[in-house]
Amino acid sequence: MPIRPPAAPDQPNPSRRQWLGHGAGLCLALSLCPAAAVSEVPSLQAMVNQWAGGRPVQAGRITLQVPELVEKNGNAVPLSVRVPEPGPGLHVQEIVVYNERNPQREVLRCSFGPLCPRAEAATRIRLATSQRLVALARLSDGSQWQHAVEVVVTLAACVES
Amino acid sequence: MTADQPTTRPTLPHPVRALVALPAVPPRDTPFEVRTTLGHPMENGLRHDGHGNVVPRMLVTRFEARLDGALVFAADLYPAISANPYLSFWLQVAGPATLTLDWTGDWGFAHRETRQLQPT
Amino acid sequence: MRRRACRSAFRWAALWALAMPLVAAAEANTAAVQNPQTRTTPADTRRSGLLDMGPALQALQRDDAQNPAMLMVQDGAALWARRSGTADRACADCHGPAQAPLAAMDGVAARYPAIDAASGQPLNLAGRIRQCRRQHQQAPDWPADSPELLALSAYIGLASRGLPITPPEHPRLAALQQQGARLWQQRLGQLNLSCAQCHDRLAGQRLAGAVIPQGHPTGYPIYRLEWQGLGSLQRRLRACLVGVRAEPFAPDDPQWLALEAYLAKRAAGMPVETPAVRP
Repeated sequence: MPIRPPAAPDQPNPSRRQWLGHGAGLCLALSLCPAAAVSEVPSLQAMVNQWAGGRPVQAGRITLQVPELVEKNGNAVPLSVRVPEPGPGLHVQEIVVYNERNPQREVLRCSFGPLCPRAEAATRIRLATSQRLVALARLSDGSQWQHAVEVVVTLAACVES
Repeated sequence: MTADQPTTRPTLPHPVRALVALPAVPPRDTPFEVRTTLGHPMENGLRHDGHGNVVPRMLVTRFEARLDGALVFAADLYPAISANPYLSFWLQVAGPATLTLDWTGDWGFAHRETRQLQPT
Repeated sequence: MRRRACRSAFRWAALWALAMPLVAAAEANTAAVQNPQTRTTPADTRRSGLLDMGPALQALQRDDAQNPAMLMVQDGAALWARRSGTADRACADCHGPAQAPLAAMDGVAARYPAIDAASGQPLNLAGRIRQCRRQHQQAPDWPADSPELLALSAYIGLASRGLPITPPEHPRLAALQQQGARLWQQRLGQLNLSCAQCHDRLAGQRLAGAVIPQGHPTGYPIYRLEWQGLGSLQRRLRACLVGVRAEPFAPDDPQWLALEAYLAKRAAGMPVETPAVRP
C-alpha cells in the first residue's frame, strides 16, 4: 500500500488568521516604537567630541595616572589626574574623565578655584571591564588637552554568588 | 544609561562618617594634600540583591571644598566612583582658615565636615 | 589558502611555546621583586595575603587615612560608648572609655577563637561580643555580619593590630582545631577541591590571573573590594565554599568555628592586620 502524503491541512479559520496578523502587526509596531526611558549610551569618542564642542583636543599637558593592569576585580581602581604646568598665566578650568565600557561614560568632573594651588585630584573608581579611559582638560585660554590610558581588568578567580 | 530613581526612598547612611586627612599643622604658603573618604555605598542602581530586586540608585553626586567660603575645589561624581568615595585635592593657606567640605547627592543626601586650619 | 593558514597557525603555536616560559619567568621575577616574603624564622614560609596584592592595594591597607574600613572603626568606637539594652550599659562602662587605640582590648582579638570559661563552648570574637550584648547589656542580639557587629569587631580587632595571633591552649580548642584541620584537607563541592590543595600546595601560583593566597585570617573583619564593604571570616569562607560549588554550611554550624580555630592555629605568630583590605 503506497504511503499517501498527509492530507493538506485545513485552511486556518479566517478569524484566527486575522488574529495572527493583528498580533504580528502589534509586535512590529511595539518594536519600532522606542521605550520612553531607554536612550543609547554614547560612545567614548562621541562624549569626547561633545565635550570638545567642535574645537581641537591635543595630547599632552594633562596626565591620567591609573594602573594599566588591575588585579582581581575593578571595584576600587586608584585614579589621579593632574595638569602640573598649565602654562604661563593660564589656569585649568576643568578636568573630566570618561570611560569606554561602563554603563555610563562619565567618571569624574573637577574644577579648581583660584585658591587651589594644584590642578590635581585623585579618587578610586569602578571599572566594569578592560577598557580605555580618557582624561580631558580645558585651560583658561580655551585650549583642550587629553591623555588616554588602556586598562586591563582581570576578574577574581572565585566569584562569590 | 542611568537607572531611574525608584519611588520608594532607600535608607540613607546614618550616621554619616567621613575620614579627612590633612596635616595637623599645615605648612604656610605651601601646597598640601587633603584626602577625604566618605562612608556611602554609591549604589549605581544597576545591582541586584539576593532576591533579584534592583538595589535602588543612591549616589553622592557633588563634592565642594571651600576655604572661608570661597570655592577651592569641586567635583561631580558619577556611578563609576567606588563605594565609600575617596577624593584628594590640594590646598594652600597663608593664615588661619576654615575649611568646609560638602558632599551632596541623591535623596537629599548632604554631609558637611569642617576643619580649622592653623598653619605654621 | 588553507595551507597558508595552517603554516601561520604553526608559526603562532611555535611563538607561543617559546614565549610562555619567558612570560612565566618574567612574571615570577616581578612577583619576587614586588612581593618580598616576610618570615618570622628562616624556616617559616608563611606570608599574609597583604603581600599578594599590588602596591596600590597594600598602600590602601597600610594608610589609615585611606583605608575605607576605618570608617567602620569609627562606627565601632561610637558603638563602644553607646548605652544599650535594658541594663542601659555601654561597653565603655565595664571595659573603659573609647580610645584610639583601645587599650582595654589590647591583645584580645589575637586570642580568638577561644573557649568560653563559663559555658565551655567555643567562641570567636563576634560570638563573644554578641554574648556580652545579650548577657551584660541585656540588649537584642546583633545577627552575624550585621554592620554593628562588624564595626565593633573591627574596632576591637584594631587594638590587636601588630600583635601575634595567639590561640589559647585548651583541650576543647585543640579538638576543634583538629576538626578544622580535617575539614581543611577534605575535598568539597562539585569542583571536588580541598582548601589545602589551593592554599597549601598551590599558594603563590596563579589562578585566572590572580595570585592564590595562603589564606591566613590575619586581618578580619576585612574590607573586601568585591563586597564594597566590611565582612567577617565566616562570610569569606562561605564564599570559598560557593567557589568550589559546595553547599555552604548552615549559619550556626560548628564547622565554621572549627575552620576558624584551625586557621588561627595555622597562622599562630603572624601579626594581626585588622582591618585589612582584600580584593
